Amino acid sequence: MSKRVAIVGIGYAGFRTTSSDISYREMIFEAATKCYEDAGGIHPHDIDSFVASSEDFMEGISIADEYVPDQLGAVLKPVQSIAGDSLQGLASAVMQIKTGKLNVVATSAFSKVSNLSHYENVEAYATDPVYVRPFQEHPAYLAGLEMNRYLYESGTTREQCAAVVVKNKYNALDNPRAAYGAKISIDDILGAPDLSSPLGIHDASGHLDGAVVLLLATEEKALRMTDKPIWIKGIGWGTDTPNLDSRLEGFGAAIYARLAAKQAYAMAGITAPYSELDIAEVDDTFSYKQLQHLEALNICGPGEAGKLLELGCFDAAGDLPVNISGGSLGVGYLHEANGLHRVLETALQLRGEAGKKQLPDVETGLAFAWRGIPTATGTAVILGRRP
Amino acid sequence: MKMRKVAIVGAGLTKFVRRALETPKELSYEATKTALDSCGLRLEDIDCVAHGTAPDAFDGIHQNGEYMVDGCGGWNKPTMRVYVGGATGVHAIVHGWHHVASGMFDTCLVVCEEKMSSAMPHAQGFFLTIFDAITERALHPNLLWIFALEMNRYMNRYGYTKEDMALAAVNNKMNGLKHPASQFRDEVTVEDVLNSEIMAYPVSRLDVSPVSDGAAAVVLAAEPVARRITDKPVWIEGVGWTLDTAYWATRDLYYPRYLDTAARMAYDMAGIREPAKQINIAEPYDPFDYKALHHMEGLQLSPRGKTVELLRDGHFARDGNLPMCPSGGLLGVGNPIAAAGTMKVCELFWQLRGEADERQVPGNPRLGVAQAWGDLMQVSSVVVVGI
Repeated sequence: MSKRVAIVGIGYAGFRTTSSDISYREMIFEAATKCYEDAGGIHPHDIDSFVASSEDFMEGISIADEYVPDQLGAVLKPVQSIAGDSLQGLASAVMQIKTGKLNVVATSAFSKVSNLSHYENVEAYATDPVYVRPFQEHPAYLAGLEMNRYLYESGTTREQCAAVVVKNKYNALDNPRAAYGAKISIDDILGAPDLSSPLGIHDASGHLDGAVVLLLATEEKALRMTDKPIWIKGIGWGTDTPNLDSRLEGFGAAIYARLAAKQAYAMAGITAPYSELDIAEVDDTFSYKQLQHLEALNICGPGEAGKLLELGCFDAAGDLPVNISGGSLGVGYLHEANGLHRVLETALQLRGEAGKKQLPDVETGLAFAWRGIPTATGTAVILGRRP
Repeated sequence: MKMRKVAIVGAGLTKFVRRALETPKELSYEATKTALDSCGLRLEDIDCVAHGTAPDAFDGIHQNGEYMVDGCGGWNKPTMRVYVGGATGVHAIVHGWHHVASGMFDTCLVVCEEKMSSAMPHAQGFFLTIFDAITERALHPNLLWIFALEMNRYMNRYGYTKEDMALAAVNNKMNGLKHPASQFRDEVTVEDVLNSEIMAYPVSRLDVSPVSDGAAAVVLAAEPVARRITDKPVWIEGVGWTLDTAYWATRDLYYPRYLDTAARMAYDMAGIREPAKQINIAEPYDPFDYKALHHMEGLQLSPRGKTVELLRDGHFARDGNLPMCPSGGLLGVGNPIAAAGTMKVCELFWQLRGEADERQVPGNPRLGVAQAWGDLMQVSSVVVVGI
């Protein structure tokens, strides 16, 4: 590692299922203002570079990059957009600092999905235009197919997937940012209609509006700006082929998560994630995805995640608390802002600022985000209270 | 901190054409394969992929970066798409530089693609949705319309005529006739430009670059690796990028201040104090003829208001003091948006290595600058390369 990088400012806004009273740019402004305040009141003039993460079709604007600078205070500054999950945006910010040329970099992402009347129509535009889109099916069927394959390959049960929903929605009850917290039973979940069998309607996370802005800095700057820096110890990202039928190990394997974790663990010097991590915020866009990702992230072996979950290993009092915030199932699904949301929840735990959700002795955490169907891209980041 | 040196070690282009039979993925593949072959590398030797395309709307695919992954060799690798509108082509090099200069990767493949011909009836239609939904879109502006405002302001500020602007078009278009990837075959005179149909006064058809399909790729490597790959690495000496406010109507359009800032950032990094004297070749972004001149001023390569005089004196000819767009630029080779910017960097790579055949600039050029521009006339990316 050529240079240590720390998160020195955290700001967020929104986290509501609908927000008709505020534009996305106003929401980002609020998050950015809070972030800069949190970083000791830095003026945006003193920020060297800005990275946003967004996708045009979600915003109804071609070249959404145009509308990034103003609300971040980034006019006439180095600004770029990453068309990817915001954890990739975070990775870009980390790389910029590690070049040694930029010292303080802000990264932002948002979701204003309540502006969309039919999200699934946008999602359908992400599928292959020749081989997949002509089926004109609700894209959730791809998750149903993958879930079926994952259950078959790993021996995980439908009930174990439902237990993920129970846990995450329960965890969300005490999180002020969560919109989908609930006390729900496995029977409720199994008895609900299917979205695409075996995937039930409660196995899919609900959409949420929100914005997150994080400020990153070099070690030298970080120690001057805050007394509670959160260190980015490792980061990695990976992509599998978009062709559903030619993914190397078939539909049930999340190769992207394995690649991302391998790179992040190597950088952070982690060899035994299950025992070395104190907390993990892992993608749970769909219930089975949480288990599939825990296995691909090498937190447990193939087919073990469901069993460990049932044993309570991933509960607040377990060996490795997973999605104590409530995750996407409990808090809500923030689209390209998902990654920064996972970092937000992990970083608040590491700072000891997670309120009622605060766990004792959190030193090292993992945040992992996936970009949703039909993509095969994931990013993992290791955060620590000490460098 | 000492910066990690990054070199361009290979480059590849497809032909730029009006209507390619190849799909966007196939265009990317061709450029990627050509770039890898040019330096004797295989995909296994590449650590990561940094790629770019302009708006998703062109390929009609949401999360287009995911879809393109196969073509640009990004599967089972860390792959990240960057996006700054028309400036994407040069910015992707900056993005790739972040990957390698950070120390996280030793080699990086940079790939940019655009297929504009799929847009019916015309690619310009997709630009109708780049404008502010409330304050601008109701007026139905298009790009030609706003660039006509800028061209008019620029000409008016310095008393330039349409003939002056046409000289830049002829300079670039005549250079482009020697480029094997060019989509043009016919010589163009000042009269041809002046007599071409008016699109939005003062913009006439031949003042504008064409609609094109194409892809371009370069291979980046860190110093020790680069020296093993080639005897003639072309070093990235400096990079700069800047976004101005989205409120373009509040700016005085006669001078590109976003480019001023970006260029100074790149020159500072490269240790260049007198760019007009030190730079041997310029590849300013030229989607319109006036933009080539406008950008020469922003790049600090020509005094404001004196650029036409220098052009008339042959200063910017291939055998002049500071050749402008020896490739032919967007006006002479074609404008597949993101790929066009990368093509400019490819040109500098070949020129500095003395491999530009008929297009070769005399006098063993040692230092070149490439630039791209986009969004709402608000962003510039600059890359300085040298041997």
